[in-house]
Amino acid sequence: MSTVEDTPQYHKKDFMSDQTVRWCPGCGDYAILSQVQTVFADLGIPRHQFAVVSGIGCSSRFPYYMNTYGFHTIHGRAPAFATGLRLANPELSVWLVTGDGDGLSIGGNHLIHILRRNVDLQILMFNNRIYGLTKGQYSPTSEVGKRTKSSPMGSIDRPFMPCALAIGADGTFIARTADIFVKEQRALLKAAHRHKGTSFIEILQNCVIFNGGAFDDQTARKLRDEHCVFLENGKPMLYGSKDARKGLVIGDDYRIGSIDIHTPEDEARVLVHHQTNLAMATLLTRIGTDDGLPTAMGIMYHMQAPVYEREVYAQIETAQARPGSGNLHKALVGKNPWTVQG
Amino acid sequence: MQDVAQDGAVVSTRQIIDDVVVRFAGDSGDGMQLTGDQFTRTTAAQGNDLATFPDYPAEIRAPAGTLAGVSGFQVHFSSHHVRTPGDQPSVLVAMNPAALAANVKDLKTGGLIIVNTDKFGARDLEKADLTSNPLEDGSLDAYQVVPVQLSNLTKAAVQELGLNTKEADRCKNFFALGMTYWLFDRALDWTQNWIRTKFKAPYAEANLRALQAGYNYALTVELFHAGYEVPPAALKPGTYRNITGNQATALGLLVAAQKAGRPLFQGAYPITPASDILHLLATYKEFGVITFQAEDEIAAISATIGAAWGGAIAITSTSGPGLALKGEALGLGVIVELPMVVVDVQRGGPSTGLPTKTEQSDLFIALYGRHGDAPNPVIAAQTPGDCFHAAIDAVRIAVKYMTPVLLLTDGYLANGAAPWRLPDLDEIPEIPVSLADDPETFHPYERDPDTLARPWAIPGTPGLEHRIGGLEKADGSGNVSYDPDNHQKMTEIRRQKIARIAQDLDPVDVEGDSGGLLVVSWGGTFGAVRSAVTQARLAGTRCGHLHLRWLNPFPRGMAELFAGYDQILVPELNMGQLATVLRSTFLVDAKSYSKVQGKPFKVSELVARIQTMTSQA
Ligand code: SF4
Repeated sequence: MSTVEDTPQYHKKDFMSDQTVRWCPGCGDYAILSQVQTVFADLGIPRHQFAVVSGIGCSSRFPYYMNTYGFHTIHGRAPAFATGLRLANPELSVWLVTGDGDGLSIGGNHLIHILRRNVDLQILMFNNRIYGLTKGQYSPTSEVGKRTKSSPMGSIDRPFMPCALAIGADGTFIARTADIFVKEQRALLKAAHRHKGTSFIEILQNCVIFNGGAFDDQTARKLRDEHCVFLENGKPMLYGSKDARKGLVIGDDYRIGSIDIHTPEDEARVLVHHQTNLAMATLLTRIGTDDGLPTAMGIMYHMQAPVYEREVYAQIETAQARPGSGNLHKALVGKNPWTVQG
Repeated sequence: MQDVAQDGAVVSTRQIIDDVVVRFAGDSGDGMQLTGDQFTRTTAAQGNDLATFPDYPAEIRAPAGTLAGVSGFQVHFSSHHVRTPGDQPSVLVAMNPAALAANVKDLKTGGLIIVNTDKFGARDLEKADLTSNPLEDGSLDAYQVVPVQLSNLTKAAVQELGLNTKEADRCKNFFALGMTYWLFDRALDWTQNWIRTKFKAPYAEANLRALQAGYNYALTVELFHAGYEVPPAALKPGTYRNITGNQATALGLLVAAQKAGRPLFQGAYPITPASDILHLLATYKEFGVITFQAEDEIAAISATIGAAWGGAIAITSTSGPGLALKGEALGLGVIVELPMVVVDVQRGGPSTGLPTKTEQSDLFIALYGRHGDAPNPVIAAQTPGDCFHAAIDAVRIAVKYMTPVLLLTDGYLANGAAPWRLPDLDEIPEIPVSLADDPETFHPYERDPDTLARPWAIPGTPGLEHRIGGLEKADGSGNVSYDPDNHQKMTEIRRQKIARIAQDLDPVDVEGDSGGLLVVSWGGTFGAVRSAVTQARLAGTRCGHLHLRWLNPFPRGMAELFAGYDQILVPELNMGQLATVLRSTFLVDAKSYSKVQGKPFKVSELVARIQTMTSQA
């Protein structure tokens, strides 16, 4: 493996491919592409050790625009491709790009299984709550009542909450950010890279064409303080504007609530975020939808669990350490050979 | 030869015969597969050539005593070369009325029936849907019936060991096995050793006693008119083992990866009758083999393609319904042009169909079962042992031509066993792998002028960063291209590349006459068809046999060959799939003979069809 010394100094442009980017003008994907390229240049990994794997959808065109190894696979199955790649080549830094349709609808099965196995890679799920590439049908994250071409009277499907699903599937690193949150996004990408195991980042992404402004509450400058709580491990979960500070508290009914903060006593009541607290993280993945609470941004859950590929290779090493292992002739002969004399 | 009892008295004379077919039949819970397997191993060790046909129900344990629960195991062994598990058994071991009823119609007239009379109560007959007792109603008059109180005799044999009734009864298959060992002069030691390693104390002893008691019973009670001796076959010198098709496939893939100097990766999802390939490869971790039991069939092939990209000899194994699920990913495999092998162990379809029975009905899906123009090479194994060589050939072509290859076996090959002479590992040629590593000259879709293969460039190689994917690629650069002329060109290249594989294949090879009737077969019907053509020729019919190993591309010289024959007959365990392909490819009047009963062809059926066709000509 390459050491830090022989890793070239990269700039963002080193990770830009020569292909014209073809997302719609104003699409949130541009901002994410830019952050990923910037962060890759910063990770101290040789460029040829990066592989970006995607499924199908607007977001999944991502690998073509990255000057790394890239694989644009088939709809929904990127987690399985990436698992095979990691198993064959565990040195690589593998990044998986998917969307709400790709990852939660057609690929839902593969997503939950990669999370439970804890394969060491990063999943970036661009959630725009709509099907973009197929021109505007409701997606598994679209809100009930959404009118689209395929739901003229409003969608009746109850939507998934991607982070809640990921935590339910025993994910070990669950986080959320939004396309235009430059600083937070970069920090999250780096933290995800450091995490050993599957990192899942939901990125709220604006599809200007088919679902423009879906996340205005969370991303518009005037609204975001009111609608987002930016989580920091070990810190109280405070949000709101400077003159109207608020905090998250837990009620006797084990529900998360919000209080206005006027006094130090109020502040003392505010919950402190602990990334390893599964029960708290589970609640945090679900707040922010029609409940008067802010959407949680940042790392909701982070714990260490055995990494799948390491376990696979550990078994191989154990088998190879057994005396007399690796004798092909022995494998061929089997247990009960006999000889026919000439 | 004479047989000597312990007291030194000569009890019977053995009759020498050269060919026997035995079938063990009982309830799924009676251990018939195990019994058949033991008989097989002992017989192989005794030097006979043989072939087996395990036939078991789809249900793990259907209701005891019913026709649905009957499990069978047929062994054909001989002093000569054996190609099939045999048309008709001459000996049937029947553990209950259902096993008798389900199997007696297959038995040769005058054949021997060893039957467990302890299981013929009114209730037992009713469970087998019998209105009268076949042991008493004269329906077995055409056979030699050897009635044995198997359950009671077994109970008596293990009496001192303190087993409960049920446990004691479980040993009766070894009693029956012991009887057949005497009947055919088989040595007990192999099974005795096996029992000792396989069972814990009281059960090992009980099974050993039951086996010996069965043997002694046959010896002393003079149940049979005569014992038999089947002298060893003149097999080619060498080291032999018994091998099933699934074992041979797994070993072939392992050896191929070693010969290619790359790790073996298998992505698979459990499915009958392919799972044993996964089970076996999972035990080869000592060779660095990575087996990935995926969440579904699609994930299995997707991980396989991911691993192929990552530089592994990547394979996935499945059966028909699984192949259908893999279709989309296989299309991707074709367009990204990465090497991989997809093993399809065919079974009766469509849908869940006859999951434990054999069929050859996946030829169409193997050849055509993808969206778009997506040609894939297809190779089919012809015997259990040949699965080994077919697997190596499949990997060799996949790597050389940078393409997915479909390897077809079937339930009959996969589960059937035959003695297999171990190949000399050194004689198997290396599989050359050349990985791209020069950034100056690398273009992802630049092709080898001879094979039209594109380079294999593994992520992690400095300077070769590039993108692949499902969108059409520009010739050479591999950039995404929607250019109409480029798509036409790339589609044609993909087809030509597969067609060029013919340059690596052996030319057509016909056994038999070069005129008259040509019988064309593929896959697991090889043994039956070859035997039938041989028999028909001995009886004076002018005919030849062409067995196809590669179904895409076909070997060279087929059209010229067909021109020399008056008639073409294509026997298949499907509704005429190869016949249709031959008709459309070569514009010849290939006649289909199809059988879809979940069972292999009988040699006699084929001989009859050959003779009907030639007599009408
Ligand atoms: S359709 Fe929406 S998601 Fe797709 S590129 Fe256009 S704006 Fe972006």
